Amino acid sequence: MKHATRKVVGLSLVSLTGLAAFVMVAMLALILLDVLRGGWSHLSWQFLSQAPSDGMMGGGIFPALFGTAALTLLMTLAVMPVGVLTAVYLHEYARPTSFLARAVRVAVANLAGVPSIVFGLFGLGFFILFVGKGLDHALGYEELHWAQPGILWASLTLAVLTLPVVIVSTEEALRAVPQEQRTASLALGATQSQTLARVVLPGALPGILTGAVLAVSRGAGEVAPILFTGAAYFLPDLPTSLNSQFMHLGYHTYVLATQSPDVEATRPLLYATVLVLLLLTFALNLVAVVIRTRTRRKAAAGH
Amino acid sequence: MQEQDLAPPVALPMLSPAARRRQLKEKAIAALITAVAFTGIAALVLILVFVAKEALTLVTDAAAREEASFSKMFLPQMVRKGKPLGYVWQPVSGVPKVSMIPLFIGTLKTTAVSMLVAVPLGIFGALFAAEFAPRRLREILKPTIELLAGIPSVVLGFFALMVMASFLQETFGFTSRLNAVVAGLGLALAIVPVIFTVTEDALTAVPRSYREASLALGATPWETAWKVVLPAAAPGILAACVLGFGRAIGETMIVLMASGNAAIVSWNLGDSVRSLSATIAAEMGEVVVGSPHYALLFFIGVELFLFTFVLNMLAGVWTKKVIQRLKGGAG
Repeated sequence: MKHATRKVVGLSLVSLTGLAAFVMVAMLALILLDVLRGGWSHLSWQFLSQAPSDGMMGGGIFPALFGTAALTLLMTLAVMPVGVLTAVYLHEYARPTSFLARAVRVAVANLAGVPSIVFGLFGLGFFILFVGKGLDHALGYEELHWAQPGILWASLTLAVLTLPVVIVSTEEALRAVPQEQRTASLALGATQSQTLARVVLPGALPGILTGAVLAVSRGAGEVAPILFTGAAYFLPDLPTSLNSQFMHLGYHTYVLATQSPDVEATRPLLYATVLVLLLLTFALNLVAVVIRTRTRRKAAAGH
Repeated sequence: MQEQDLAPPVALPMLSPAARRRQLKEKAIAALITAVAFTGIAALVLILVFVAKEALTLVTDAAAREEASFSKMFLPQMVRKGKPLGYVWQPVSGVPKVSMIPLFIGTLKTTAVSMLVAVPLGIFGALFAAEFAPRRLREILKPTIELLAGIPSVVLGFFALMVMASFLQETFGFTSRLNAVVAGLGLALAIVPVIFTVTEDALTAVPRSYREASLALGATPWETAWKVVLPAAAPGILAACVLGFGRAIGETMIVLMASGNAAIVSWNLGDSVRSLSATIAAEMGEVVVGSPHYALLFFIGVELFLFTFVLNMLAGVWTKKVIQRLKGGAG
């Protein structure tokens, strides 16, 4: 190739890839601007603190906010111990080449790729029809008590879904704890579990928190898994027990967007709901990013 | 090793009761942690078992076997007397028609559109970020993509439904406002971050020495990127595409909201479509527990699980391959 052609081809390749990058950023900006423009004016304290009214064409989203918060709180309580201990096993206890460790790794990677709707089916089949029915039998309930959609089953379903997120980020956090700290602790006579509890886990705490925040932000936005495991179309009352149904921001968005009798009247409500959902997930992601960069900087400074 | 073998045997010191208790405790803790680590495997197995269990009626129950046999699901069936054989998904009707073909076609159409858009966008974007972009720009680009990845799919579905659908209809004059193109473009937004991130990882894993060697031989930076770095990372990029493909097949909310949900057999991208995942989401609410239709929806779940499982395993193998290749080449 002649020098000039080489230059032209090179320049076009660079601009083509630059264009691709630009398109991605532009799409994000377009979504954000549209949601902001459509939802900002309707966002108010009333909107956040009232229940929906007038057949969901008026009022606010308080039950959905509360439901989302309660759901993700339960989910976090369920997923964190399991996720952290699994990561501890993989990084601190197992030999990386052992069969079990590899099997766990493969399973976790595959778990991350299972479609979210299949988690919904799993929640229905396992938690509600198997565990729930079993509980009802064992506890002697005549009518359906546990064998029905409820916030506990929905949050456990989400916990299984977010398990890979927690495991992967906890492992990264454990990797960031310098090996010398473990060796020093063991050399001083501490046992492996003492080292784990007093040196390794405290050192990895920021990273583990990052994992929790990422899991919450992922779990808070997922709708498909809770469609048949607990989310309710409309429910002015807040959930009072572990087996009650609940409203959810994402599901509320879906309902408003697809099943509203009057699209024009619902539009401001819908946009404001989406805006709240987006702000929530972005805030959580931001927190995760901040914790992560801080710990990385600290780790870099320590060396 | 040999030295150890030749060393005289050392008598183990007697452990005090306290030390032995401590050792026992350590073993118990290790066992507990190992047991918990099984949860991941257990979850994966339980998912398949319990989704398949509800679908089992299709095989065990005579009435269900009659209504939804495998030939009725996958082979052309008579829809109406005197008409040619066809594929119809209409599980709620006097004579239920349960052909999976329209759902397969719908899923393929939305997935194809999304891949056509997301693959070039993701790979080129990653190439730009990894090879050409100045550092400052890269540090903006990566968090931006992370932000895009953080958008819940229901929001992307909302965006496709409320904004993109009208715009595309005005531009291209689709007969149905919600169709495979709208859903596919919405899906593309969801899988672009996956393809970008995995590709970028694969590209940055290529050792610097490759680039330096290429540049030293007189190649320009773009030649180095295109003819050296990209081929070296090829298995990883393939893995990225496969992961994106799996995500697109399984994604539910976007397709449910933006595809029009009509099970039509046609290759026209402007027609409404119904995907496998959206079918589960849309029909599970009104189905009678234990009925053939109910079992069918779980059977679709099994199909989705198996599709994505195979794709994930492939992606895993290819990711490993890129690492091995680069390690072997550099060492």
